[in-house]
Amino acid sequence: MKEKASILNENDIERILKRISHEIIERNKGSKNLVFIGIQKRGVPLAVRIAKNIEELEKNDLKIGRLDITFYRDDVASKIKPVIEITDIPFEIDGKDIILVDDVLFTGRTIRASLDAIIDFGRPKTIQLVVLVDRGHRELPIRADYVGKNIPTARDEFVEVRLKEIDEIDMVTICQAE
Amino acid sequence: MLSTKNIISIDDLSIDDINLIMENADSFYEVLGREFKKVPTLRGKTIINLFFESSTRTRTSFEIAAKRLSADMINFSASTSSLKKGESIIDTLKTIQSMMIDLLIMRHSDSGVMNFIAGNIDVPLINAGDGKHQHPTQALLDLYTIKKSFKDFKGLKVAIAGDILNSRVARSDIKLFKRMGMDVTIVSAPMLLPENLEYFDSNYVYDIDKIIEDIDILYMLRMQFERQDRKYYPSIKEYNRFLSLNMERLKKMKRGSLIMHAGPVIRGIEISENVMNYAENYSGFKINTQVTNGVAVRMALIYLMLGST
Repeated sequence: MKEKASILNENDIERILKRISHEIIERNKGSKNLVFIGIQKRGVPLAVRIAKNIEELEKNDLKIGRLDITFYRDDVASKIKPVIEITDIPFEIDGKDIILVDDVLFTGRTIRASLDAIIDFGRPKTIQLVVLVDRGHRELPIRADYVGKNIPTARDEFVEVRLKEIDEIDMVTICQAE
Repeated sequence: MLSTKNIISIDDLSIDDINLIMENADSFYEVLGREFKKVPTLRGKTIINLFFESSTRTRTSFEIAAKRLSADMINFSASTSSLKKGESIIDTLKTIQSMMIDLLIMRHSDSGVMNFIAGNIDVPLINAGDGKHQHPTQALLDLYTIKKSFKDFKGLKVAIAGDILNSRVARSDIKLFKRMGMDVTIVSAPMLLPENLEYFDSNYVYDIDKIIEDIDILYMLRMQFERQDRKYYPSIKEYNRFLSLNMERLKKMKRGSLIMHAGPVIRGIEISENVMNYAENYSGFKINTQVTNGVAVRMALIYLMLGST
């Protein structure tokens, strides 16, 4: 994998997440009915950071869950994931406004699987999607409600998101297979 | 994804395979705790449960595991099949295979029959117990149960007590426990042991009191009366004296130690009535936990076998 361009650094990511936090509060007229679900793996720390921002602004406690979508993939047969991450949604989602968080929006298939998974846990009032990067190339009619940055990419490029909680650095780069 | 197509003996799995199953089992365990206990992962896959020997927990466990993953599971009972009309076992299996199935789970009373079967069919095969030979999925769920209670397998002191001679659980467990670095002691009487005890490469005592205070895990085996072609032990009283778990012995066990059993337990022989009744209050008593863990481990195994084909 060859690094082609650095797109976002630590400060950019922090500013984006602050902006999205404000947008979420604005659109939902507060944060009383919100719960957060991060998609494993890098959606989880992003969900935690956004929820933390909102908690500071709104002076309240927000619930955060984790979701692994391996069980709901439409390509289990071709791309088996070696180790499945934990799914942990320790709260009721019925009637809630769910803020679903992932790092990159690409074909839309991960989000399709996430929606199926969430519906198995209950009947939320709404599901709103946050992504740090939208790189295009959708294969399903899915869009994000809150986008950090739109990054036009070629199909054979790869957007790499690194986050401190997992990768010890905050950074988004575009790479290309050599 | 696993290094082997068939799981006949616990030795068919590499250490990497075993670690992969253990690491994935937690995620499947989580599904069992949901209100809606089903995921669509293996939609469209067909699994046959073929049991030539009676079973409640293993057969049901595989069936629940398959159904939780949305695979179609068909139970085939040997007693109502064409085997009764004189069809040979290989012809029966070829017929089943011709129905385009994806996985065969089989139990049979003949030790070693699974190798012969695997050599004659193309579908992946899981051995759900063959005579006195092997019961690999039991060993995996036992290991997972131990993993949930201890940080590391290395150096854990396990005693396996009872009818070693006729036990496929012992044969699978001892092999696996040794491979994971545990220190295994066989507790049994000479007439309940195979001739080549050195095969197990384990310590041996005849009296449970010699080790009871020192062990981390006590694994009790059931007397396999259905496989005993003669009387192997003089009396139940004698058995109780050297090999059973009673209240007095339970009290001597270390804090945090586990009591395990593959089930079914015959109360009054390997475990006393009192201990069985008291067990609910003791967190180290894992017999029912083993059953729940068995579903999670079998889900992980089926997923790793079918998800990658």
